[in-house]
Amino acid sequence: MRRIISLLMENEPGALSRVVGLFSQRSYNIDSLTVAPTEDNSLSRLTVMTSGDERKIEQITKHLNKLIDVVKLVDLSESAHIERELMLIKVKAVGAQRAEVQRLADIFRGQIVDITATALSIQVTGTSDKLDAFIAAQAENTVLEVARTGVCGISRGDKVLTL
Amino acid sequence: MEQLSGGDMLTRALHDEGVDLIFGYPGGAVLHIYDAIFKQDKIEHILVRHEQAATHAADGYARATGKPGVVLVTSGPGATNAVTGIATAYMDSIPMVILSGQVESRLIGTDGFQETDMVGISRPIVKHSFMVEDAADIPMIVKKAFHIATTGRPGPVVIDIPKDVTDPKVKHPYEYPKDIKMRSYTVPGKGHSGQIKKAVEALLGAKRPMIYAGGGVIQGEGAELLTKLTQKLGYPITNTLMGLGAYPASDPQFLGMLGMHGTYEANMAMHYCDVLLGIGVRFDDRVTNSDTSKFCPDATILHVDIDPASISKTVAADVPIVGSVTAVLEEMLECLEQSQQAIDAEALETWWQQIAKWREKDSLGVTPHTNGIIKPQQVVQAVHRITKGDAYISTDVGQHQMFAAQYYGFDKPRRWINSGGLGTMGFGFPAAMGVQLAFPEAISVCITGEGSFQMNLQEFATCMQYNLPVKIICLNNQSLGMVRQWQDMQYGGRYSHSTYAESLPDFVKLAEAYGHVGIRIENLGELDAKLEEAFALKDRLVFVDVMVDPEEHVYPMAIKGGAMKDMILSKTERT
Repeated sequence: MRRIISLLMENEPGALSRVVGLFSQRSYNIDSLTVAPTEDNSLSRLTVMTSGDERKIEQITKHLNKLIDVVKLVDLSESAHIERELMLIKVKAVGAQRAEVQRLADIFRGQIVDITATALSIQVTGTSDKLDAFIAAQAENTVLEVARTGVCGISRGDKVLTL
Repeated sequence: MEQLSGGDMLTRALHDEGVDLIFGYPGGAVLHIYDAIFKQDKIEHILVRHEQAATHAADGYARATGKPGVVLVTSGPGATNAVTGIATAYMDSIPMVILSGQVESRLIGTDGFQETDMVGISRPIVKHSFMVEDAADIPMIVKKAFHIATTGRPGPVVIDIPKDVTDPKVKHPYEYPKDIKMRSYTVPGKGHSGQIKKAVEALLGAKRPMIYAGGGVIQGEGAELLTKLTQKLGYPITNTLMGLGAYPASDPQFLGMLGMHGTYEANMAMHYCDVLLGIGVRFDDRVTNSDTSKFCPDATILHVDIDPASISKTVAADVPIVGSVTAVLEEMLECLEQSQQAIDAEALETWWQQIAKWREKDSLGVTPHTNGIIKPQQVVQAVHRITKGDAYISTDVGQHQMFAAQYYGFDKPRRWINSGGLGTMGFGFPAAMGVQLAFPEAISVCITGEGSFQMNLQEFATCMQYNLPVKIICLNNQSLGMVRQWQDMQYGGRYSHSTYAESLPDFVKLAEAYGHVGIRIENLGELDAKLEEAFALKDRLVFVDVMVDPEEHVYPMAIKGGAMKDMILSKTERT
């Protein structure tokens, strides 16, 4: 089962390596990982997408909570939440293909952020599924490069992850 | 405010933390610290002969006293040599603080001489670690390190210290913090009252109850309360390898150790119980056997531990309780006091009758040889007799460790010092030094094998330097006994690299070469007298080389893939 765990940790050297190390040490999966400071500079927010059954996820959250640098943690996928991922994708686009790529970008509410004579760079945001779909929609052998941020998320409603 | 250099701050902070003994080995990156040690007289430093021994000695000290062990090593090889000892402490949740030197800050990351990323290398085997970037942070970091190492589920904490941070020319104001607050670290205290009540109800309603107590009870100083609870209930109890001494072995309610080499009655009672109280235990694979689906099939499992991650890790708990062992036991006792529910005395009587039948198997019975060959079990029994069961017993790892665990019979906590989780050969001798330094008047015994002993025998020199009269009882079977046993049982007796009789040193002469006493025992008839002679030499280290039957196996032994009731009882008998 796909799960999104979001946590606040001390913005200190070594903190990230402890989190990442825990996953490899106990052979848990990291499907994606995003991390950046929050509005409080002493805290970083890290979001990890992982997978596993109920028991495995429970162990992951317990072991993450045990890390001294981890201050607070939430399993976003336990309740209603919003998740987003950002993708920058460069596709080959010449001749008639250029209009087709632009159309696709419109359908997926992407923005063209760079342009050359032979390629277009598009920024798309949304759920991971949507980004997957956008890649799949491109004509064969036209995708030149993909850069994705990994999932980040927030709970719906008044619930907040804060100290 | 007082102005101190980083090196002086470290020694002062250790003293302010209550440390009076540290184990270490000098080297380039820690020379400033060693100079600071030279100039003070509050902290005694023990110079070992290998950094691994420093960590094991500090570990032995910590296990015997309950206080944190402290280690000081240099960068690079000093730090990497300490790694096995740190992992040993981590696996058994032993409080320890390791100060490791590091190259100067400006050299970090340049592959400098004796540089190694100690924080990185030790990351998976520490509770936490610090890299000191500014000498002014030393008091706070030391305070935090000891707080983390000793509270909650204890464990080792590394403080990595670049050489420039301890520069004697650079001084900073020194004040040792009284308290610390860490927003990211809270220590579990009381357990959930509702859960405790549920657990007590389940215990009282049991027809075939069993108590399974481990190292957490010893670490959490809960042995006395556990004994009280167990005796109040009148239920059978077993201890894990790490928990030996948590309940007095000589008490009739004690069924012996459980698990891979546990007694027949302990393992049978585990398998057939209907309510299991696991306390300070982690249901590890040496207890549950490899297939946890066959573990205690009829039991409602109550699990008390201070570490939430230990609960339902391998075996799902029906009633999980997170809390300190003393707080939970106190509340359980109170709950028991107030409960109107009565124990099912009839069912309990039937259960004890069943246990008595299992006990009749006498799974630890020893049939002596008639030709004078000594069985290793007899040596442990003799040591128990001569020391009146009141010694501190450290061991290495292998057959001798299991024989010591099975036959010494520990009545008090903190008397049994062994590497249970990591299974570190070479642990016993330095650990026994740590014990002897903690309790100079006590009898500190290292029961070892000729294989394990050779992994840290250089500590003979340390014992000479500090007059440590450790008694080393070597069960010499001229082979790596446990490896050989498995090769007998599973590999058709092909002794691949487990025997070396022709190249063994003369241990008596070896002990003498270091200025100690060596005694060899070859015949059963002389076992008691010569052991008594060894223990009578109160002020001397004595190495007793006991030649034992190399054919002997450790039994009972769990059958791989089976349930706890599935055991090999002897070379010819299985359950």
